[in-house]
Amino acid sequence: MAEQPMPLWEVFIRSRNGLAHQHCGSVHAADAEMALHAARDVYTRRGEGLSIWVVPSAAIIASDPADKEVLFEPTASKIYRHPTFYTVPEEVGHM
Amino acid sequence: MTIAPTFDYCLRLADDALVLGHRLSEWCGHAPTLEEDIALANLALDYVGQARALYAYATEVENDGRTEDDLAYLREEREYRNLLLCELPKGDFATTIVRQFLFAAFMLPFWEKLTRSKDATLAAIAAKAEKEVAYHLRHAAEWLVRLGDGTEESRARAQDALDELWPYTGEMFEMDEAERALVDAGIAADRRSVRPVWGATLDAVLAEATLARPRDGWMQTGGRRGVHSEHLGHVLAELQYLQRAYPNATW
Repeated sequence: MAEQPMPLWEVFIRSRNGLAHQHCGSVHAADAEMALHAARDVYTRRGEGLSIWVVPSAAIIASDPADKEVLFEPTASKIYRHPTFYTVPEEVGHM
Repeated sequence: MTIAPTFDYCLRLADDALVLGHRLSEWCGHAPTLEEDIALANLALDYVGQARALYAYATEVENDGRTEDDLAYLREEREYRNLLLCELPKGDFATTIVRQFLFAAFMLPFWEKLTRSKDATLAAIAAKAEKEVAYHLRHAAEWLVRLGDGTEESRARAQDALDELWPYTGEMFEMDEAERALVDAGIAADRRSVRPVWGATLDAVLAEATLARPRDGWMQTGGRRGVHSEHLGHVLAELQYLQRAYPNATW
């Protein structure tokens, strides 16, 4: 019997309350439930997680690496977008 | 007065966990997928952790200077008290999954009952193990449904494994006089009272997996008395080699 390749899933883990889920890798699994298990087994072995999302990799729409210059280069000359031109009063503390 | 029975009780539970953990560890580097390789190694480590906690408590109860390593590495085959189910070879993936399922479906309600033990240490070990085994059961049940209700081959292998392992399930419910006395004293969990929960879990999952529950018949026995299959000696040969060849070696 020919083996079917198992679908790929992207894994997102939220490590602490208040933080966003972050992409941490991918797993192969036959379906959504098994993907959650695999994500738990592979990516939360050291107490990293409070919550897991898995998303079919096929559902991710990615930008084309060839568009890199068109998409990202124009921002290089606009350094004023970085909020480094403001002096923050000391009393504000850590922002 | 209850020192010897409690010691022996800890050994039974610890030996189950250590031997099954060792069998699971044999998958490391050999599982069908990388994800499952890590999943099975995780399970193995859970079992080894449970074994350690129980051996440590056993030595505390015994109080004659033996350590948890002495119990794991320096006892002979006939001194091991584990269930025969736990020592059988890992077999194919279906065999491993079916064994995990049969064992976890028993251990989850068992640990749950033991959390109410009058022995505070056993109750604490049970509370930790219960959470681990709840995941083990979910993992094995999900796989079993997919194997049973999967391809013709996966279904045949799952049913074969179930039929093969079935005669080893009776031993989980065995209780000798010493263990019954511990139950009466409120220290041990009553294995017989676990049977209805175990049966209900099996029926629900096997139905979803479209697998047939084998008929109860003659059951294997002997592990609790140290009468093992030919397989345990090979497990111990590998498990104990280092401490036997290089006594007291540390690293």
